[in-house]
Amino acid sequence: MNTTAIDSAASVPPEFLCREEAPPRNGTLLGFWIYLMSDCFIFASLFACNAVLGSNYAGGPTAAEVFDLPGLALNTALLLVSSVTFGFAMLEMARQNKRAMLGWLAVAGLLAAAFVGLEIHEFLGMIAEGAGPGRSAFLSSFFTLVATHGLHVTLGILWLIVLMVQTTKFGLNEANVRRLQCLSMFWHFLDLVWVGVFSYVYLIGVLR
Amino acid sequence: MSHPSASGEAAHGDGAMHEHHGSLRGYLTGFMLAAILTIIPFWLVMGHVIADTWLTIFIVLVLAVVQIFVHIRYFLHLDARSEGGWNLMALIFTAVLVIIVLGASIWVMYNENANMMPMSPQYRHHVQGK
Repeated sequence: MNTTAIDSAASVPPEFLCREEAPPRNGTLLGFWIYLMSDCFIFASLFACNAVLGSNYAGGPTAAEVFDLPGLALNTALLLVSSVTFGFAMLEMARQNKRAMLGWLAVAGLLAAAFVGLEIHEFLGMIAEGAGPGRSAFLSSFFTLVATHGLHVTLGILWLIVLMVQTTKFGLNEANVRRLQCLSMFWHFLDLVWVGVFSYVYLIGVLR
Repeated sequence: MSHPSASGEAAHGDGAMHEHHGSLRGYLTGFMLAAILTIIPFWLVMGHVIADTWLTIFIVLVLAVVQIFVHIRYFLHLDARSEGGWNLMALIFTAVLVIIVLGASIWVMYNENANMMPMSPQYRHHVQGK
């Protein structure tokens, strides 16, 4: 071994591909984003289940028989408008306009609550018709996927109420702003998942 | 991160936190696009517009993917710059894995159904008799 070669190699300053600090300064939002990506996997596996089992009716009701498309259209509209009103709340937050922000948050929360209410109504109607989750593999996968989404929305509403109380009591301090930004991502993410649900589970379910 | 944020944003302390709120116009554009991309598939399916079922399924899927990108762009405000590109990296990683999970499951299970041994009449009777 030639020692001079090693010495000369060591004297060259190391060159790094990433020259910037990692992780970035505002780590919470990135961390929450990675949580959302892991949530994506939960939904992806439930979508895969539905894709595989979606036409296994076991002699029971088919997708075309149990799905109420006008009701679905209303639900989809509620969630989309809720997503946009949450965006308006974030715009008011950026302007430090607390009252207007709380107002928009309340609208977004009520729309989401109406969404969950309609979904529960749909579920109860289906179970009453004998199309409950135990009837067929199709219905098991349907209830698991859609109820998981509904549970996310319900917990999102709970989180929204907590943050509205927090903001009312303590104002738009740095911690509350950060929490509201996380909730905003969560809210929009659930609307994004719903795009997959109404397109794939309902609309394509009716077709196949 | 060293985003060259505007002086007004820097005054709030954490500049990166105030960068991606979007704008009223952005939300309204996203809303209009999302609404159009929702109405078309509903119209196609409820109105039985296209006779070919597979073509309808294909169009509904494509519109859903387009709408997901609209949501990512206008509501989640994700671009190559947010969080110094780490958000986008995480998203691409997830998208690749999701495509593998969904695509492979459907592919494998589709073949599984096709390759299933036919049930003998005797066994079929046994299963249904339970």
